[in-house]
Amino acid sequence: MAADRPQAILLPVRAGTIAVSFGCALLLNFLPWPNLALAPDFVALTLAFWCVRQPRVVGLATAWGLGLLVDAGNGVLLGQHALAYSVLAFFAIALSRRILWFETWSQMLHVLLLLEGAQLVALAVRMAAGAEFPGWSLLVGPLAATLLWPVVAWLLLMPQRRPLDIDVNRPI
Amino acid sequence: MEHTPPPFFLRGPAPLVRLAFFASLSLTLLVLDARFGYAESIRSVLALAAYPIQQLARLPVALAEGVAGYFGSQAQLRAENAELRARLLASAQGAQRFESAAAEASHLRRLIGAAERIERKSMPAEILYSGRDPYSRRVILDRGTQHGVHAGSPVVDEVGVIGQLTRAHAFVSEVTLLTDKDLAIPVQVLRNGLRAIAFGGGTSGMLELRYMAANADIESGDQLVTSGLDGTYPPGLPVASVVRVERDATYSFARVVAQPSAGIERGRYALVLSGATRLPPYPETAQDKNAKLRRAKRKNADGS
Repeated sequence: MAADRPQAILLPVRAGTIAVSFGCALLLNFLPWPNLALAPDFVALTLAFWCVRQPRVVGLATAWGLGLLVDAGNGVLLGQHALAYSVLAFFAIALSRRILWFETWSQMLHVLLLLEGAQLVALAVRMAAGAEFPGWSLLVGPLAATLLWPVVAWLLLMPQRRPLDIDVNRPI
Repeated sequence: MEHTPPPFFLRGPAPLVRLAFFASLSLTLLVLDARFGYAESIRSVLALAAYPIQQLARLPVALAEGVAGYFGSQAQLRAENAELRARLLASAQGAQRFESAAAEASHLRRLIGAAERIERKSMPAEILYSGRDPYSRRVILDRGTQHGVHAGSPVVDEVGVIGQLTRAHAFVSEVTLLTDKDLAIPVQVLRNGLRAIAFGGGTSGMLELRYMAANADIESGDQLVTSGLDGTYPPGLPVASVVRVERDATYSFARVVAQPSAGIERGRYALVLSGATRLPPYPETAQDKNAKLRRAKRKNADGS
């Protein structure tokens, strides 16, 4: 949404798009990754995207529910991802008006901070619960997810780009 | 007249209030789960909800494996077949000897009146994938409570113990591996019967024998087997072999590091053993006895 660039007018988002995107993110998260510390957290990335784009639709309640689902699916402490995603959603919503004014690279810097923050919240929770420190490779996952941000942004905005009925005579 | 804002200005509670609400909800759940273990019922419901997504996510990998297996070359299969035949022959000999030894042992046990060991049922299971938690060492098996496995059962492979089944869901179950920091297993040195407890070494992939006296008779190369004292693991299963013993005069304990025998991070198939050994109840402690006596006395006093 940089001021000097032409911007396409987007259609209003449909709830189905958001639901399907979260379903796909969960699916990608549950793929049997060989090294989990290096795998990007797709749910966190999708959540950050929708919190930035649609802060009125996707909020902390969604984040918390998704976090619980991820917790149960991963078999980790119940509430670990719920807490991390809630914090992520809060800061993403707080930054939502700011992030969209930047170029893609600057957006990715913001997103990197958000995702690393969420990972550190999860780390703090597990260390407090008595787990051992799994090594700093833990911070690679959010980095990989950040690199996917432009792709995810392009993919998730696609349904809003094309009009419902294409009318050649319409001015926009 | 009271003025309320029109509905399009209503945005619910402030963001910070929402964050506080959800954060406290998460922390409550965390404490309930980590400290008291009350959250298991919620977890099983949520796990059931996540199960179809997990199965769907496994589908492409399973398909790729199936295709690769179908096109496995004939030479490879023949070599594998020959190797399996040789192993069968070797183990058949061992099994015959074991059978006669077991019969003899049970006869001797009857003679001395010891409790007969219960035959454990075993259930083969496939390891679906390793646990999705970088903070712990777990694997997921394709057997759940619907197939009759229970939390607490030991899990072994063809060589030795790989871990303990710590959480049974409806269709899958979680096995905590021996190398997990939170798992301990009572072991015995095969050479001299010295008892010890092996703890998981975490990311190192090793086991650690803690609280071994600095002059304990243990050396590198010693085989460790389960002692069976806890009633969870059957006695005599191979667990690990000692690779390093460090004796430092400044510490009263020796540092003993052991390498697990079983293919903890490699295997595809595992065996879930069920049924605990029968143990006599714990003897009463002196405190309990005193309390009972006092209660009996009070009863007598009330009665008279």
